[in-house]
Amino acid sequence: MLSYIIQRIIRAIPQLLLISILAFIIIQLPPGDIVTRQIERLQASGVTVSEAQAQALIRQYGMDRPMYQRYLLWISNIITKFDFGYSYTFEKPVAQVILERMGYTFAIALFAHIFTWTVAIPIGIYVAVKQYSLADYIVTLITFIGLAVPAFFLAMIIMYVALTKFGIRTGGLFSQEYMVQPWSWGKFVDLLKHMWLPIILLGTGGVAGTIRTMRAMMLDELRKQYVTVARAKGLSEFKVIVRYPARLAINPILSGVMWLLPWLFSGGIILEIVLNLQTAGPALYAALRNQDMYMAGAYILITGALTAISAILSDVLLAVSDPRIRFGGVEGA
Amino acid sequence: MSADQVLAEIKNLHTYFYLAEGVVRAVDGVDLTIKAGRTLGIVGESGCGKSITALSLMQLVPPPGKIEEGEITYYQTVHKTEAASTSNVIEITKLKPNSREMRAIRGNQISMVFQEPMAAMLPVRTVGAQIMEAIMLHQQVNKAEARERAIDILARVKLPNPDRIVDTYPFQLSGGMRQRAVIAMALSCNPNLLIADEPTTALDVTTEAQILDLMRALQAEFNMAIMYITHNLGVIAEMAQEVAVMYMGKVVEQTDVVSLFRNPQHPYTQALLRSIPQLDDVMARAGKKKRLETIRGMIPDPYSILPGCSFHPRCPQFMQGVCDQLAPEVVETEPGHTVRCHLYTSRSAKTRAN
Ligand SMILES: Nc1ncnc2c1ncn2[C@@H]1O[C@H](COP(=O)(O)OP(=O)(O)OP(=O)(O)O)[C@@H](O)[C@H]1O
Ligand code: SF4
Ligand SMILES: [Mg+2]
Repeated sequence: MLSYIIQRIIRAIPQLLLISILAFIIIQLPPGDIVTRQIERLQASGVTVSEAQAQALIRQYGMDRPMYQRYLLWISNIITKFDFGYSYTFEKPVAQVILERMGYTFAIALFAHIFTWTVAIPIGIYVAVKQYSLADYIVTLITFIGLAVPAFFLAMIIMYVALTKFGIRTGGLFSQEYMVQPWSWGKFVDLLKHMWLPIILLGTGGVAGTIRTMRAMMLDELRKQYVTVARAKGLSEFKVIVRYPARLAINPILSGVMWLLPWLFSGGIILEIVLNLQTAGPALYAALRNQDMYMAGAYILITGALTAISAILSDVLLAVSDPRIRFGGVEGA
Repeated sequence: MSADQVLAEIKNLHTYFYLAEGVVRAVDGVDLTIKAGRTLGIVGESGCGKSITALSLMQLVPPPGKIEEGEITYYQTVHKTEAASTSNVIEITKLKPNSREMRAIRGNQISMVFQEPMAAMLPVRTVGAQIMEAIMLHQQVNKAEARERAIDILARVKLPNPDRIVDTYPFQLSGGMRQRAVIAMALSCNPNLLIADEPTTALDVTTEAQILDLMRALQAEFNMAIMYITHNLGVIAEMAQEVAVMYMGKVVEQTDVVSLFRNPQHPYTQALLRSIPQLDDVMARAGKKKRLETIRGMIPDPYSILPGCSFHPRCPQFMQGVCDQLAPEVVETEPGHTVRCHLYTSRSAKTRAN
């Protein structure tokens, strides 16, 4: 098992390398170089930039050196000093902007997924077992609607209803009074109060799809002979379902963990903007719009790295759940 | 236990499937008697209702199938003392399929081995876990004892290194080994009746021969009855003492194995026997060209209800005006030999007319 994990990590290294090169190339894409743009920006804000200062900037960013050396400088700063460069938009180092928001991002993503699974997996199993029942038709209808309605639209409706009917302000992660305060119990409770809605909203977005996957997988598995064999042992129907077909049907969901981490960085952005959350996604989106290229580079790199990490995570989970992967066995071999 | 003690009885069983296209009468009036410690062979073409009969016996008919009519009785032997035992009559058809009583019979009194050893076990749980499950369900033992028993039963189906096999996953075993493990799983609670639904069809001939030997040895060891389902008359000859021939959801002939091969009476049984190679045929074929006979015609589609005898469109002895009009009743032509055919009913009708 351990060797499998190590092997899996080693295989991810070239992937990460490729992602970092791509990220760097994208940073370089916009017309003009970074230094010229920064000088323009400084001048626009009324600062005069002397020739010497300009030269210093050029040296600082390594603009006098060839591309590959600039790449090496950029990536080694990231690896050794966790220095992603400076963000103009936020007027802070990129790393700081991301770190401040990363915690919320992870917390929300994790809880949203747990919400999705606790709701969707039992429902998916139930409607598969009761295929063609009234419950199945109703759930199918709702999931189709759920797949068609964008999550942010649903969020806006819920926020509107919460505000107009119940007088609850739902945007953001903190109330006004706690926004700039240091951490305290009150602030934590305040955070929890604000977090349940984005968790449910983000989680709901995944429910429909997960129900569909679970139902389809279960229907496949329920037809298999081992289900009848399990019943023939005298097991109760509940144990038959949970220990046999559900045990296999859950596997694609485990592989779905692959999208857990990168998801809020990209998939949830619109929703996060609507909900006004201080998570990483909107910050990075703003950076892209402002051509804040170090921020953007960090965005691409981190999303890529998280995808790779999540892929390892889901492969390991899958290997724990499915010995055929662990032993490199192939069904029917 | 006397040799003729009845273990299970199926009377007038009708199991139907309600599909959008129509009703499939998968089992349409089957009567069978299974005797303790003996092997009843069930033979017939694909789709004649062999598996559904077996599944009905355990109340495991998959939806949209339903036992529509009939009675299944199981005579459970309760050992009061070493010497004395009484019979506990269980009306299986009166139990709810998922009731506690029904589940106490499954895997414990009656168990089943299926055709496809590759599909009979869940690939992601160990062989041992899947065997221990049944043991812990039906017997008051803890996990360690259940594991001991699982290893013991794996040894009894002649698997090498049973203490290693117990921790392997099904996909790590070959087809033959897996079928042994599946048989071990079925025998883990010492059942009185083992239903074997084409357990060797997916195996090569050498492995098949080994599994058949094994099952015979285990039958003697466990003193259990076997309901052996197959479409292979050769296997029937080797395994069964009693044989029931099925055609389109009905038993058309039932007798002991010797009578069936020596004196087949139903035209369908006769045709079946002509379709397997005999030693003389093989010798004869070495000289001149001779083809095995096949049964002419196709099985009618399962939704149709044929008037009269369901075999009449294919029967070489078809009698116009009788076979296509009147459904034949079961006739006992000799003691213990029953046939469902007008050749025997009409003869008796003629005698009566005279
Ligand atoms: N799940 C099902 N849904 C609908 N019809 C079914 C189902 N299972 C069986 N049947 C029908 O019941 C009839 C009898 O099936 P059964 O499986 O008992 O045949 P069999 O004699 O075991 O054949 P085989 O030798 O191919 O296993 C068939 O005509 C089949 O179409
Ligand atoms: S009843 Fe008639 S058609 Fe049917 S098997 Fe007998 S002879 Fe043939
Ligand atoms: Mg069958």
